[in-house]
Amino acid sequence: MEYLIHLGILFTIYAGLAVSLNLIVGYTGLLSVTQAAFYGIGAYTTAILMTDHGVNFFLSILIGILVSGLVSLFIGWILSRFKDDYYALVSFGFNIIVYSIFLNWQSLTRGPLGIPGINKPELFGIDFSRNINFLILTVIIMAAIYGVCAFIVHSSFGRVLKAIREDEKAISIFGYNTSTYKLVIFVISASIAAVCGSLFASYITFIDPSTFSLNESIFILAMIILGGLANLRGSLLGALFLILLPEILRFVGFPTDVAAQMRELVYGLILVLLMLYRPQGILGEYKL
Amino acid sequence: MPILQTKKLTKKFGGISALNNLSIEFEAGKITGVIGPNGSGKSTLVNVLTGLLPITSGRIIIADSTSLKKIAAHEMPSFGITRTFQEVRLLEQMTVLDNILVVITKRNVIGALFEKHKTHYLKIAENVLERLGLWAKRGELAVNLSYGQRKLLEIARVLAMTEAESTDVKIFFFDEPFAGLFPEMVKLVVSVMKDLKQKGKTLVLIEHNMDLIRELSDKVIVMDSGELLAEGLPEEVLSRRDVIEAYLGE
Repeated sequence: MEYLIHLGILFTIYAGLAVSLNLIVGYTGLLSVTQAAFYGIGAYTTAILMTDHGVNFFLSILIGILVSGLVSLFIGWILSRFKDDYYALVSFGFNIIVYSIFLNWQSLTRGPLGIPGINKPELFGIDFSRNINFLILTVIIMAAIYGVCAFIVHSSFGRVLKAIREDEKAISIFGYNTSTYKLVIFVISASIAAVCGSLFASYITFIDPSTFSLNESIFILAMIILGGLANLRGSLLGALFLILLPEILRFVGFPTDVAAQMRELVYGLILVLLMLYRPQGILGEYKL
Repeated sequence: MPILQTKKLTKKFGGISALNNLSIEFEAGKITGVIGPNGSGKSTLVNVLTGLLPITSGRIIIADSTSLKKIAAHEMPSFGITRTFQEVRLLEQMTVLDNILVVITKRNVIGALFEKHKTHYLKIAENVLERLGLWAKRGELAVNLSYGQRKLLEIARVLAMTEAESTDVKIFFFDEPFAGLFPEMVKLVVSVMKDLKQKGKTLVLIEHNMDLIRELSDKVIVMDSGELLAEGLPEEVLSRRDVIEAYLGE
C-alpha cells in the first residue's frame, strides 16, 4: 500500500508539472525546455527556508511562487521576443544556467551535496509525515492546479494562446499584444512548477541539482507529447504512463537498477515512434 | 476627406525599393481600388500600412491627426484598421467559430481571462457566419475547409471586427479577396463590401479583376514599381494609355 501511495504522490507532482508545461507547449505552441528550472527554484526555496530559517511549509510555497514568478518574469520577458526554434534554444540555455546556479552557488544550495533534512509539512495538527496524508495534500493541490489550468484554457485568454500558436503575426494584427500573453502564461506555468518543486522537496526530504537538470525538463516534455499536446487530460495520462513505466518494467522481469535506466530508453523510443505515427500524442489536438 | 494618407512612404528590402516615396490618400467612406502588375508593391503597401512590415522612411497619417513613422501590428485595430491576406492566414487548427470569437473578445489579458459575455459573442459570430454561409461549418477546424470557404472565413473575420466592442474598425484592406472564388461566393463578398460602404466604412481593394474594380471602386490607384502611376475615377484611369501599357501590357 505504501508503495502505491508513493507512486500516487509522484504522479500528482509530475501531473502538475506536465499540465503547467502544456499551457506553454501545447496551447501556445512554444517549445519550452525550462520547466525543471522553475521546479528546482520552488524546491530549493522550500528546502532553504525550511531547513535554515524554520519557515512553515505552506508559507515557503508562497515564497517559492514569488521567487519563481520573478525569475520567470525576467526569463519570460526575454523569451517572449522569440518564437519557433529560437524559443526552444533560448529556453534550453536558461535551464542550463539555472542548473549551474544550483550546482555552483554552494553557500546557498550546498552544490552537489544537496540539502538534506527537509521537514514534512504540518497544518492544523495534521501530520503530513504520514504518506497517506501527504498524498491527500498533493491531490488537493493538484486538483486546484488542474482547475486553474482548465479555467485558463477555456477562457478567451486560452483561445488567444491557441491563436498565437497558429499564427502569431496574424493574431497581432487583430489587436493582441502577443508578447504580453506569452509572458503571462510563462509566469503562470513557472509558478505552478514551483509549487510542484516545493511538494517534491518536502516529500523526498532531500534535494540536489541532478533532479532539476535539462534531462528532467525533457522528461516532463515527453509526458505532454506522449499524453497529447493542448489537452490537459492528456498531460495526466502522459505523467501516469511515464511514472508507472519503470515499475511496469520491473514487474515484467527487469532488475530494479536496469528498470530505472530503461525508463529513459523507453521514453526516448516512445517519442520517436510518436513523432513518426501520432505527432499530436495520444489525446492531443495539436502537432508540434 | 482623406482618412488615411501616406507621405513619401518608402519600403526597401535590401537595396530594392518595394515602395518608393509613395504619397497617396484614401477617402473616408469610399472604396479605393489599388491595381498594378505583379510586384508593383500593392501587397507591400498593405503590409506596411497594417504593421506587418516596418517602414523604411516616410509617414502614415490616420484621420488627419495621427502621424506615424513606426507601426506595431497589434496597435492597428486601435487606429481603426483591419485586413485580409493575399495568402489566406487562418488559425488552422482552431474551429471556424473560434476563428471568429478570437477577434471579437477583449484584447487585454485580464479582460480575456475573466470576461463573461459568451452568449453575446456567440450571437455576433452566428450572424457573421450565417451571412457568409459558414455557420454549419462552425465546429470544423479551419484547416479542413475548402479554398473558397477559407477565403470567406477571412472575410467573416474582418466583418466580425465591426461588431466587436473592443475595437472600432473604420478602414478595411482586402488583399485579392476574390481570387479563387466561385461566382456565387464573389456575389456574396461583393454584397458584404457594399454593405460596409453603406455603413460609412472605408475600403481598400487590391484586385486584378477589372470588372470588379469598375463595379466597386469609387477611385482607383495604379501602382508600378512601388510608385504611383495614376489615380482617379475608374473609367478615366483604366482607359489611360500608360496604365494599359504598364498593367495590361498592351
